Amino acid sequence: MRKISKFFLTASILALVLAQAIPAAQAAPVAAKIGVISIITGAGAAYGEAITNGFKMARDELNAKGEVKIELLIEDSSGKQEQALAAAQKLINSQQVTAILGPTLSTEMKVVGPEANASGVPIMGTSTTAAGITQIGKYVFRNSLPESLAIPASVKKAVAKYNIKSVAMLYGNDDVFTKSGFDSMKKAATDLGLKVTTIEEFQKGQADYKAQLTKIKATKPDAVFCSALYEEGAVILSQARKMGINQPFVGGNGFNSPKVIDIAKEAANGLVVATPWFADKNDPQVKAFVQKYEKAYGKKPDQFAAQAYDALYIMGEALKKAGQADRNKMRDALAGIRNYNGVLGKFSFDAERDVVMDPNVLIIKDGKFQIFN
Amino acid sequence: MFFEQLINGITLGSIYAIVALGYTLVFGVLDIINMAHGEIFMFGAFVGMLLISYFEAPVLLALGGAVLVTAAMGLLLERLALRPLRGKKGASHLASLISTIGVSIILENLAHHLFGAGNKPFPTSFADASFTVGSTTVYLVQVIILVIAVLLMVGLSLWLRKAKAGKALRATAENLETASLLGINTGRIIVSTVVVASAMGGIAGVLVGMAFNYVNNQMGLPMGLKGLAIIILGGMGSVNGAMAGGLILGLAETFVVAYGNSGYRDAIAFVAIIVILLIRPQGIFGQALPEAKR
Repeated sequence: MRKISKFFLTASILALVLAQAIPAAQAAPVAAKIGVISIITGAGAAYGEAITNGFKMARDELNAKGEVKIELLIEDSSGKQEQALAAAQKLINSQQVTAILGPTLSTEMKVVGPEANASGVPIMGTSTTAAGITQIGKYVFRNSLPESLAIPASVKKAVAKYNIKSVAMLYGNDDVFTKSGFDSMKKAATDLGLKVTTIEEFQKGQADYKAQLTKIKATKPDAVFCSALYEEGAVILSQARKMGINQPFVGGNGFNSPKVIDIAKEAANGLVVATPWFADKNDPQVKAFVQKYEKAYGKKPDQFAAQAYDALYIMGEALKKAGQADRNKMRDALAGIRNYNGVLGKFSFDAERDVVMDPNVLIIKDGKFQIFN
Repeated sequence: MFFEQLINGITLGSIYAIVALGYTLVFGVLDIINMAHGEIFMFGAFVGMLLISYFEAPVLLALGGAVLVTAAMGLLLERLALRPLRGKKGASHLASLISTIGVSIILENLAHHLFGAGNKPFPTSFADASFTVGSTTVYLVQVIILVIAVLLMVGLSLWLRKAKAGKALRATAENLETASLLGINTGRIIVSTVVVASAMGGIAGVLVGMAFNYVNNQMGLPMGLKGLAIIILGGMGSVNGAMAGGLILGLAETFVVAYGNSGYRDAIAFVAIIVILLIRPQGIFGQALPEAKR
């Protein structure tokens, strides 16, 4: 009897010591099922492809590290509200996922968000930039930077660098995206006390911008703030430069495409944009991600892939903190994420579960996008 | 700034006028609206763009290439989409309208396949060359467009008034049967009308590329709709009407932006057209009784 108890004592002490010495290796990884709602088929499937590629890469890396074991359950929404809702209900009720990533579009989030919130399932959008997304409820998060945050960053930097006192504005008035970009620009200009010399509008597919540009040129602004998609934006830039408007241009995220350089050539130089994702950033983490992604999928990761990649890492971080696959613990852990260092840069959630981060401000110089200092 | 905007307006207006001339010629002779004209115009722009960017051709050569290709397209259009329907028993007057819409859709998609979607730059070596008169900056490209447009319009007017073929064309436009009785080969006149109209579309395409620095496969329809509005404004089938209407629309669009609100650019330009039509329903140069000419 005595012998046996002594054996047990030694054994338990030994076990204790061992457990303390190598805890991570012994502890089982925290396992969780995470649902993904994305556009796999139909128009917009290119976004879904980039997004799910980003998720899969992050999942493989996280699982390989062994601290968490994430199983992704991917559902297709086709970009449709009702299909996104059905996918969410399936993930929440029959698959019993711990959290959901997606859906792709803000319009889809407007119906899926309330459903997830009511069921107490944390949901994080990786590409939803419309206003009012995280205000749906306390279970709704996002890591995609809205234009209303990106534009002031680029405006502020350009104003400081070029000592801008007055600006002319030009925007597409028949597109929700360029219109809201313009609203953000105007607000940023007012906040910085800039003088607005003139506000000009154009419509999608317009060919001739000379009338607006002649007017802008006559008001002699220090810079032009232009909210346009790249197709129109590139043509505006090219016509403006040819008319001798050599002032810097500040554009929104719609302007942020290498196509601008293809179309406008050297006229694109001097365009300042803000973007959450910059693939050519001189940062070892970004370089490693780009290289690995390019090897796996044969093309450079775009903004959507990068945002998805960081989003699953943030989920993994929260899962580690939560310690178990529990929806409420997961929500609290997510809400507590601060200063996470991802490929997009330093990331935090604010009190409303919305994005806090410094976007990259880029300028086109010598025919390519570069960091603007 | 007034004179700069005036020059902008005249440049834009003369391009509109050349597009509208293509419509009005075909309408005058055939009494049909050629909905494929906008797409032929777009092909002209692409041919010019390809010649200039890949072969570094001078502007005149680019214009020549565009004229050749679009004239050939006009020939094919007449053979394949217009002639088979002409004079066919039971064929509605609208049949050729529908067949040209079909051609326009085919051409737009063909351009998508050949050239891809999205804007393509249209490089010109003299794009930013300019000179100053008083306080007004004039761009060389605007002068070139204006010269080409004026030459084209004057040439066309002279040809229609003086040349034998031009007179035959006017006679055919006046009355097809009578012209044919008078010994005019109306079949040939119809072919040459469509070919000349298409070639003018090709020239307009190159001018647009030069003026706006880009081309894309979607540019045909908006330009075509403006061309249609112009011939209604100027008077269907009237050559002078197309020129005047083009200039009015170009100037109206430019001055709405210059002294009004750029958001209402298209709206106000078209309101102006409606007002003019209320005063002169037949169009500025249209004949009061269109029935009389048939």
